[in-house]
Amino acid sequence: MNNDTIVMSYVVPADDFTRAGEASSNVKGKLKKMGVPPEIVRKVAIAMYEGEINMVIHATGGTIDVTVSPEEILMVLKDQGPGIENIDLAMQAGYSTAPDNIRSLGFGAGMGLPNMKRYTDEMEIESKLGVGTTVTMKVKMV
Amino acid sequence: MGKFFTSVHLKEDLCMGCINCIKRCPTQAIRVRNGKAVITKEFCIDCGECIRICPHHAKEATYDSPEIMKRFEYTVALPAPSLYGQFNNLDDVNIVLTALKRMGFDDVYEVSGGAELVSELSRSYVSEHKEKWPVISTACPSVVRLIQVRFPNLIEHLLPVCAPVDLAASLAREKAMAMTGLPKEKIGIIFISPCPAKMTAVKAPIGIDHSEIDGVLAIKEVYPILLPHMKNCVDNVEELSISGRIGIGWGSTGGEAGSLLSDNYLAADGIENVIKVLEDLEDQKFDQLEFIELNACAGGCVGGVLTVENPYLAKVKLKRLRKYLPVACNHLADGNGEGAFWTDEVKYEPVFKLGNDMKESIANMSRVEELCNLFPKLDCGSCGAPTCKALAEDIVRGVAKEQDCIHILRDYIHRLSDELLKLDTKK
Repeated sequence: MNNDTIVMSYVVPADDFTRAGEASSNVKGKLKKMGVPPEIVRKVAIAMYEGEINMVIHATGGTIDVTVSPEEILMVLKDQGPGIENIDLAMQAGYSTAPDNIRSLGFGAGMGLPNMKRYTDEMEIESKLGVGTTVTMKVKMV
Repeated sequence: MGKFFTSVHLKEDLCMGCINCIKRCPTQAIRVRNGKAVITKEFCIDCGECIRICPHHAKEATYDSPEIMKRFEYTVALPAPSLYGQFNNLDDVNIVLTALKRMGFDDVYEVSGGAELVSELSRSYVSEHKEKWPVISTACPSVVRLIQVRFPNLIEHLLPVCAPVDLAASLAREKAMAMTGLPKEKIGIIFISPCPAKMTAVKAPIGIDHSEIDGVLAIKEVYPILLPHMKNCVDNVEELSISGRIGIGWGSTGGEAGSLLSDNYLAADGIENVIKVLEDLEDQKFDQLEFIELNACAGGCVGGVLTVENPYLAKVKLKRLRKYLPVACNHLADGNGEGAFWTDEVKYEPVFKLGNDMKESIANMSRVEELCNLFPKLDCGSCGAPTCKALAEDIVRGVAKEQDCIHILRDYIHRLSDELLKLDTKK
């Protein structure tokens, strides 16, 4: 492993709203201790939180790998969920497929993916119906 | 005075080196070293949790003795509203204020008076600065300090208005100077405080370059002195009170936020709850709220470690006292809110950082993770650090070593004795 990078891996459990946000909160704490500028920490924390919540709502949990280097922060969120049928549609602000019971918890406003894009410098979605989704996000340090 | 100050100190002879305080400290600022609890003052936010938890009463808050009054020609007592919640069957604040004068103060100036002005300033600030919503209260110095070291993204939300006690102190000094004609240094402005964090706020203020407070007395020390004077003055009570229900309401949680006359606020108390709110706030979970009131102590200021009454009972007593008071008696129109805004920029202090630059920090964080995998993850505290992770960070910072972990040490000794045994059998 390159000495200048650190990889932090998380497993996001399925259907457990009480633990959703734990991984992003952990990353947030570590980034601050690593002296990452506050505005970068904020972007990463928000983007990752949204991704983490998505995994709980739409997929059966998944894994998140966060790689930190002095140049950038890379987040790879992988799930084996149902996949996204129409990525362009999913990227539209306000579009949501979240069921009513999830919405009643205050989630599912259709801002998840748009916020992830907004708070990161690069974002890619790879998704296959019935197989799963991988979201890759990058936040640059400067 | 250095940038970092803590008003908690240790009575070494009483400290048993147990793990109670290291476990309770919300910023993991305490380590047991050589059998004694040591505070890293950069990490300490003066919340007083260690004082509260210590079963051996080895932790003590720093505050002044009433003797300090003798240093000045003219003294003014600044009673915190929480003081009024300490007494049984009190139905008139003036009894406490008269007793303060009888104990030796020349005059009194209620902090609740300053609080009403801060409430008015906050009301206009919040309505004029929607871009700062939710605005975070800055009356609790522990909360401000916590945000400064741990929540850099929230600094811009801080209400840039000095705490009621600081405004009250300036107004009290002006009044005393006008009345007596004495120069400012001959006038002693003495705060009667529920908490040690206010002591720190005087020594190392945040947002303002200096505090007008000359001394801080503990409610718990003033309380027994006041009781006989209160009893003796009932027939001759002076009308000294200057505040209404808004001002006195500041003494317990929700009082400050309630004074904004809006329902769109949140009030949290107790340091762990405060941290949870700040974490969520940082993730932008409550961007619709106008105002957030945070108090490090459960119940608000009535829960301060320097108080004597149960905080929830004190809250009931304050409520009773406020009942027949006018809503507010202090208004900005009098021109007395000038100078209440912060003058100094509050900057992020990354005290928890693991390295001097990103490269070093990343390497150190990797080392922390490696060490954490080595440790038993029992968080037993036997090494003197509150968690295995905290020990790992200490090692990386160069202030502890692997063998401080008794489990690592035990394995090491086992290995050593096995080797010795092998040598022995070879003979």
